[in-house]
Order: sequence, then C-alpha cells, then structure tokens
Amino acid sequence: MISVSHISKSFGEKHVLRDVSVDIPEGETVAIIGRSGSGKSVLMKHLIGLMQPDAGTVTVDGIDINAITYAELRRVRRNFGVLFQGGALFDSMNSFENVAFPLRTFTDMSDADISKVVKDCLAMVELEDVGSKMPSELSGGMQKRVALARAVALQPRYIIYDEPTSGLDPETSNTIDELIRNLADRLNVTSIVVTHDMHSVLNIADRAAFIYEGRVHWTGTIEELHHSDDQILKAFVTANEYKIGPS
Amino acid sequence: MVPLTSHIVINPVAAFGRYSRLLFHAFGAVAEISSYRSNVWRQMVKVGVESLPIVILAATFSGAVSTVQTSYQLVSPLIPRSIVGAIITSSMILELGAVVTGFILAGRVGARIAAELGTMRVTEQIDALETMGLNSVGYLIVPRVIAGVVMFPILYIAACFFGIGGGMLIGELGGFVPFEEFVFGAREYFQPFDPIFGIIKSLVFGFLITSISCFKGYYTQGGAEGVGRATTQAAVASCVFLLLADLLLAVVLL
Repeated sequence: MISVSHISKSFGEKHVLRDVSVDIPEGETVAIIGRSGSGKSVLMKHLIGLMQPDAGTVTVDGIDINAITYAELRRVRRNFGVLFQGGALFDSMNSFENVAFPLRTFTDMSDADISKVVKDCLAMVELEDVGSKMPSELSGGMQKRVALARAVALQPRYIIYDEPTSGLDPETSNTIDELIRNLADRLNVTSIVVTHDMHSVLNIADRAAFIYEGRVHWTGTIEELHHSDDQILKAFVTANEYKIGPS
Repeated sequence: MVPLTSHIVINPVAAFGRYSRLLFHAFGAVAEISSYRSNVWRQMVKVGVESLPIVILAATFSGAVSTVQTSYQLVSPLIPRSIVGAIITSSMILELGAVVTGFILAGRVGARIAAELGTMRVTEQIDALETMGLNSVGYLIVPRVIAGVVMFPILYIAACFFGIGGGMLIGELGGFVPFEEFVFGAREYFQPFDPIFGIIKSLVFGFLITSISCFKGYYTQGGAEGVGRATTQAAVASCVFLLLADLLLAVVLL
C-alpha cells in the first residue's frame, strides 16, 4: 500500500502541493485527477521518490521512502513500473531492447528466457511485430504501448501511468484504457493513473482523488464521483464531458 | 544590485556546488562499475576511436604549419635548422598535442555528451532509468568520464606522434628542415618530464571535458531550447576550464 501523508511542496514562491494526503490501497486502480498545473504530476513524482516533499511523508509498504538511503530507495523503486507521458523509451535502443533492458539489468535470466518474456510483454500490448523498430519509427500510441510492455516486464506490484492517453486520438486512447484495465485484472497490480481525461478515469479507475489548487479537494469511489454534489468537482467533470461530447 | 550579485557570485557558486555533488555521486557509483561495463566500452569507442581521425588530421596540420612558420621566423645563419625540430617537438608534447586534442574533444565529444544527456533528461528517459531502480549517474555519467580519462591520453599520444610526423614531413618535403636535422634537434632538447607533463594534462582535460559536459546535459531544463543551451554551454565551459587548467598545471608542474 502507498500512503501519502500531509505532504507539501513549493518551488520558490509557488506552492504546488499543500498538505496532501492520499491512500492507495493494494490491488486497486486509483486515478489522480485535476486540471493542468494542479500539481498531480508533482504528486506522482513524490510517490517514487523522484522529488522530496518539503513536509510530510510518503510510505510504500510501510517504508518512508524519504528516510532511507539511495540504495534502499532503488530497491523500493523496483516494485514500480512507470509509464511516462511521452513513453520515455530509450531512443538508442529498438523496441525489443527497450523491453529487455530491465530484465538484462536486474535479473540473471538467459537470453532465451529474456527473449520469451519480451515477446510475451509485447504480445500483451498487441505489438508482437515491432521488436526491431526504433522508437522514432513508432507512432505516439505505439510508443506508449511499448513503454507499457517495458513497465510490466519485471512484474511490478505498482504501475504508475502519467497522462497515459494525452496526445492520442480517441480510438488509441480507448485501446490504452483497455490495456490498463486488462493489466490490472491479469497481473493484479495496484495502479495509479495521473490524468485529466475523465473518459479514461470512468473506464479504468476504482477510486479517484481530485487535486485542486495543490490540495486534495475530493476523494472517493467512481460511484461516489457520479453522485457527488461538489461544485468544483462537478465543473471539472462536466468540462470533460463537454469535451468528450454527448454519448 | 541583487540580480547582478546573483549572476556573478551566487549562480556560479550554486552551479559549482551542484557539479561537486554530481561528482560525489559519480565517485560513489564507481563501485557498481561491473554493472555498467558494456557502457564503458561503448563510450570509449565513441570518445576515443571515433575522435581519432579528426585528432590525427588537426594534429598533423598543426605540426606542419608550425614547422613552416617556425622555419620562416628563424632565418638567421647563426641559428641551426635543427632548432626547428626541437621547437616543434617540445611544443607538440608540452602544449599543442593536449590543447588541440582538448579543443576538438570539447566541441565533438563535449557537445555530443551534453546533447545526449540533455535529450534524455527532457524526454524523461533519465527519470525512467531512476524509476527502474537504476543509478542514472552511475549508468550515464561514470562510463563517459572513465572513457574521457582513459582515451584522452591515448588521443594525446596520437596527436603528438602525428603532429611531430606532420612537421617532419613538411620540413623534408618543403625543404625547410632536412629530416636528419629535425630528428637531431628533437632528440637534443628532449626532456623526459615533457611527455609525463603532457599525459598529466591530458588526463585532467579528459576529466574536465567529460564531467562538465555530463553536468550540463544531466541538469538540462526546458525542452529543445534547453538542450541547445546545454550543448553550447558544455562546449564553451569545457574550453574555458581547459585553458584555466592548462595555465594552472604549467605554473604548478613546470
């Protein structure tokens, strides 16, 4: 379980996070939602220790990740798979090598075993045939799917998705949503989805935390979100629905 | 007043602090070098082997031009022509070999390192390495600095060899200094400490160029423009610190 407790973060005069507390229960898919610039990506970076809070704690399985050594933090991070907004594929490696990279780095698996796992992971994201392609030869959606294959290669317990559908067409967004949902079911992982795409949230999440002006303004299940009377939350959700269009 | 103080004093001090902290992390990561060995070899090829042709070209022409110009200036019958060989050999070993190689590497290797790491930073590839549980400083910076420190002296030796060879060749072919007199002069005034000094210098230059470029690239901010800025700053800062180190080493060691 990941627990964020009363964290605050400022950059100079700008207070990005103010006394934020969120619990991410084991096995659930939690969406961290909010407008652009609301602080949700900063919160995401705190979950894996890429940023340190000015105050408050982040615990992963009971370990305060800001009170441990860098070597220990790296061990904690191996429980995570992260899908970055732009995919963050290593552009000096082809798709196969990208997915194989964590396996080669952190396991003693033979080349044959690595090859099998990579093929399975690429098949999981429905991209069996792109192993030899460089990231620059792939579309944005395909890059994200290869990055997702890389993120799950080591079978992490937690997967963090940073704006998984941003910049993608609606059809590809649906494909990514479906993959996230399938992975959560098949691998039984805890998923954290940072997004402002409510269509995606309603498709994949069990719970949501709404960040507004650096604070957690609302938390609850998706069912509760549907029936919430909170005006600020409603305005955010309605703006998304308007963008999606009437269904 | 405050912005000026910040620009002249605080920013450079803060940058030096961050550079020192990065080096501290890098030294800490040297213990894990077995994990990054293949990366070290790859960087040695990129820093050393791929720079060899341009270093040879620049050194050969430097030696040749120096020979022509020195011969042109020393036209007195009282000065033996063998002195040209002594001057070219000494200047290549003491100064030109290391500095010419240094400037080439600052432009070629320094800019490439900063652009590579800068692009990795702005496209979140460095964050991806970190979130996998990898030490990004160990994986990205240590191999590049080791490659610089190991390969730079080799490039320096090649530069000296081809620089002196170029001088010798143009001296003979252009009728400025016969081959035998060039060699006689080179041997007569040769100081055993000179090549040691040159190698020390090349080690320092290799470390400075690669570590400064890694620092600029690793902390790149601001997308494509930031990568461009980091690349330019890496090349310029490497050249400036190379010249400062050149002066300091000459004062201390000679």
